Amino acid sequence: MPGITREEVAHLARLARLELKDEELDHFAGQLDDIIGAVARVSEVADQDVPPTSHPLPLTNVMRADEVRPSLTPQEALSGAPAQEQQRFKVPQILGEE
Amino acid sequence: MTVTELVSYEDALATYEPVMGLEVHVELGTKTKMFCGCSTALGAEPNTQTCPVCLGMPGSLPVVNATGVESAVKIGLALNCEIAEWCRFARKNYFYPDMPKNFQTSQYDEPIAFNGYLDVQLEDGEVFRVEIERAHMEEDTGKSTHVGGATGRIHGALHSLLDYNRAGIPLIEIVTKPIVGAGDRAPEVAKAYVAELRELIKALGVSEARMEMGQMRCDVNLSLRPIGAEKFGTRSETKNVNSLRSVERAVRFEVMRHAAVLSSGGTIVQETRHFHEEDGSTTSGRVKEEAEDYRYFPEPDLVPVAPAREWVEELRASLPELPRVRRNRLREEWGISEHEMQSVLNAGAIDLITATIEAGADAAAARKWWMGELARRANESGTELAALEITPEQVARVCALVADGSLNDKLARQVIEGVLAGEGDPDTVVEKRGLKVVSDEGALGTAVDEAIAANAAIADKIRGGKVAAAGALVGAVMKATRGQADAARVRELILEKLGVEG
Amino acid sequence: MADLTKLTAAEIAEKIASGEVTAVEVTEAHLARIEAVDEKVHAFLHVDREGALAQARAVDEKRARGEKLGPLAGVPLALKDIFTTRGVPTTVGSKILEGWIPPYDATLTRKLKEADVIILGKTNMDEFAMGSSTENSAFGPTGNPWDLTRIPGGSGGGSSAALASYQAPLAIGTDTGGSIRQPAAVTGTVGVKPTYGGVSRYGMVAFSSSLDQGGPCARTVLDAALLHEVIAGHDPMDSTSIDAPVPPVVEAARNGTVAGMRVGVVKQFRGEGYQAGVMQRFEESVELLKELGAEIVELDCPSFDLALAAYYLIAPSECSSNLARFDAMRYGLRVGDDGSRSAEEVTSLTREAGFGAEVKRRIMLGTYALSSGYYDAYYGSAQKVRTLITRDFEKAFEQVDVIVSPTTPTTAFPIGERADDPMAMYLADLCTIPTNLAGNAAMSLPCGLAPEDGLPVGLQIVAPAMADDRLYRVGAAVEAAFVARWGHPLLEEAPSL
Ligand SMILES: [Mg+2]
Ligand SMILES: [Zn+2]
Repeated sequence: MPGITREEVAHLARLARLELKDEELDHFAGQLDDIIGAVARVSEVADQDVPPTSHPLPLTNVMRADEVRPSLTPQEALSGAPAQEQQRFKVPQILGEE
Repeated sequence: MTVTELVSYEDALATYEPVMGLEVHVELGTKTKMFCGCSTALGAEPNTQTCPVCLGMPGSLPVVNATGVESAVKIGLALNCEIAEWCRFARKNYFYPDMPKNFQTSQYDEPIAFNGYLDVQLEDGEVFRVEIERAHMEEDTGKSTHVGGATGRIHGALHSLLDYNRAGIPLIEIVTKPIVGAGDRAPEVAKAYVAELRELIKALGVSEARMEMGQMRCDVNLSLRPIGAEKFGTRSETKNVNSLRSVERAVRFEVMRHAAVLSSGGTIVQETRHFHEEDGSTTSGRVKEEAEDYRYFPEPDLVPVAPAREWVEELRASLPELPRVRRNRLREEWGISEHEMQSVLNAGAIDLITATIEAGADAAAARKWWMGELARRANESGTELAALEITPEQVARVCALVADGSLNDKLARQVIEGVLAGEGDPDTVVEKRGLKVVSDEGALGTAVDEAIAANAAIADKIRGGKVAAAGALVGAVMKATRGQADAARVRELILEKLGVEG
Repeated sequence: MADLTKLTAAEIAEKIASGEVTAVEVTEAHLARIEAVDEKVHAFLHVDREGALAQARAVDEKRARGEKLGPLAGVPLALKDIFTTRGVPTTVGSKILEGWIPPYDATLTRKLKEADVIILGKTNMDEFAMGSSTENSAFGPTGNPWDLTRIPGGSGGGSSAALASYQAPLAIGTDTGGSIRQPAAVTGTVGVKPTYGGVSRYGMVAFSSSLDQGGPCARTVLDAALLHEVIAGHDPMDSTSIDAPVPPVVEAARNGTVAGMRVGVVKQFRGEGYQAGVMQRFEESVELLKELGAEIVELDCPSFDLALAAYYLIAPSECSSNLARFDAMRYGLRVGDDGSRSAEEVTSLTREAGFGAEVKRRIMLGTYALSSGYYDAYYGSAQKVRTLITRDFEKAFEQVDVIVSPTTPTTAFPIGERADDPMAMYLADLCTIPTNLAGNAAMSLPCGLAPEDGLPVGLQIVAPAMADDRLYRVGAAVEAAFVARWGHPLLEEAPSL
């Protein structure tokens, strides 16, 4: 099993939006490597012809009728907002848009 | 702006073959969102149609809208797709503030509909088959507004304001297989495909598919390959091309841009591009850094969707006539040309004319009023034909009044004006405004006699054989009767009284 | 008057219904107990004194009006801080949600309120339910009432400690890999993980959606059953909720027996890593079951050896996606918004500051397992293991009615001992995880103290999906036999605080 590198950890942190500190990168690299080394055993069954289980229950077609239910009031919706303006959630500048 | 000089469209097509891929998102017209019971009604105050689910609050869970699934199956069937016997939702993971959970609940390798096609008819009647890769269910994002910026702020601080009313509205994403073989007609094919798809969606009654309202949005993928080559070239993805005309222009522009880059020895960068309405150009958007990794996996909060075969067949049996087939049928019934039919389609008048005919009007009259006077008025007020305050039944009534001679065209226009102004139905407007063709022979005879007496010189000319001069006397009579006389009858009476053969 | 905090839930409900005590008296007694001992135990993150008393008054008024009271009306409960409570803070043990006051009640919260169960407050837990010791709480660890220097189990250590220190007769936990059963085992209390889909997850902050399950915690099997009946049942707000009648758990708890039952013992649930005293108490439990008339069957479930590995791929994968919503935009913590940073930067800084080490570790692990190129080997294989485990259970339940095992390989370990050794920590859930992967039901109940350290040992009983009542039938019989043997409930041997 190839070891997980510091760069890979940094890439994962970017994908997961975690601004990890340098020492965390090193620390996690070691620990993730250990854990992945231990859990990689599951690939023993990779070739077996068994269907994957994503849901523990054999349920299908659980749906609701297209009927309107009461929404929250905008005050309730915004009650936890770190910032708000004009009844909208106020957030820092979103990149990648103009 | 574009640095490379564009290559002319003709030159580009002499060397390269365009390959297109069209991704269309349709917002369904369900009453509620895809995974919660919040209303989807348009025009609500910000964040009034949100709940823990569509705000992605901790602890909340999705439940699938049954009508959303039904609409997806209908669309799939109308696109000649296979309908999955069993499929799942998947999470598409990426962070974006307009997406409350920071994953979009979508479908990945198990779309509800796949492997279909849509035949589209070009303006000259040629039919082109566009193969459909898949149609899958997903949800819309919220809407952000950007505020602040350069103007006088310290640090030029910018921020965004988010309204999540739209977050979670059901979307169906329809993806074509690579469209090859369209050659120089690629822009036209793209436009015709989107137009046909829109008609189809509307005919199914699953969405109003109004592109100007963002209910239908198109992304255009385009690449070029040297004519005769097997391998596809690198593609660009032009996002949010949101009108039929823009689809056509975007394809055309990208063909010319790609050709310019390629023929000057450059390489196309795989990127998203923005389309500009003003000049029909595209500019570079986000370069896809290190290939986005969406980490799709089956949505564990939802169970699989397994449309029963009997149900699918029921839906198939209930599908309406496909728009293209219907158009061709109507065109024949109405006895008009491909080109005239295209104008009717472009004006959004097919259903209105059909309904008017169903209400008793004859085809020519119905088409004449909708494509003439009403189209002119809609155009003047900048609204759609269907939005005019007049119903097909009312138009049919106007047609009937004209047909039985109660109104002439001029009066009919006044009646229509009255209906549009909210004065009531056609008969009420006729009544209130006193608009009635004067057919009382006595009164009309008197008016004719008076006109002859007052225009003796003209009357003599007519007697002398200059029948064309009768027009002036007709005009005088019409004036005297405030337009309410039947002009043809007036003319007859004048000629009769002057002893001339018409 | 007898000490109201020492009574069982069933006894309290009966005394309130008969008018012997009022709900307000009961609630005040428990609030006083919390006041007296929780500074030492730290079971609660938030005590809702006013809300609890208001609820209690409403129960007393109901009774005064002659209305019929539910079977747990007026009984106090400690609610794990993972369920949303309208108007009452919900933190999930994390800084990232500190101060968040949900605008809605979880279905479970609503059901408790409708049943007139008094919600005393919200209990401590490992951050986002990730852990087996409650040390991962952003708000400090909870002590085990048997020895305050030891862990009370996790993630629901606050709930188990509240029960064991008589701060509440009932509590709610959630169990993703053992977070109800392992705390019950190490505190000498009873905890049940119902069949997946038996109790609504709506309003329960998600850790791993396909594994998470809320359930009852109590000091007796009957109390757990009474609570189970209140919180279970179909919920249209949860697509994975089972639309079928709740198994007759209370009836089963009142009629405990194992006579004629076949009880399985799994080969894979023993060996290296199991503490001697734990195995000793377990073997005695098996002997007891035989004495009570059960037939013991040896079982081989080879895929169980891969359960832990599969779990540590599936749970982190799902959590990496579930926890993406904590982005500083709509609720919760926001760090670094100085007017010049982008939303993306603020999200990253907030998540860095707001999540603890274990949460970050699992998010990273899950992000890795789902990323392209690794999905098939890791997540895909883990889902296959899940199928194999389910098949092993199915085969086993063709031969036996229930399976028994130790709940956890060791007794409560000292706080700090495994804090930065994730692999050692993960071993605590060795015996509990297969059940979560398969979605069936399990219970932990006390089976004695380990001779070497005098700390409680838990016996796990596992039943097939939707046969939750079997847990209670067997559990009640075992509990009655042990209490008769010991002469008193095990918890009476715990030191007084
Ligand atoms: Mg999409
Ligand atoms: Zn909603």
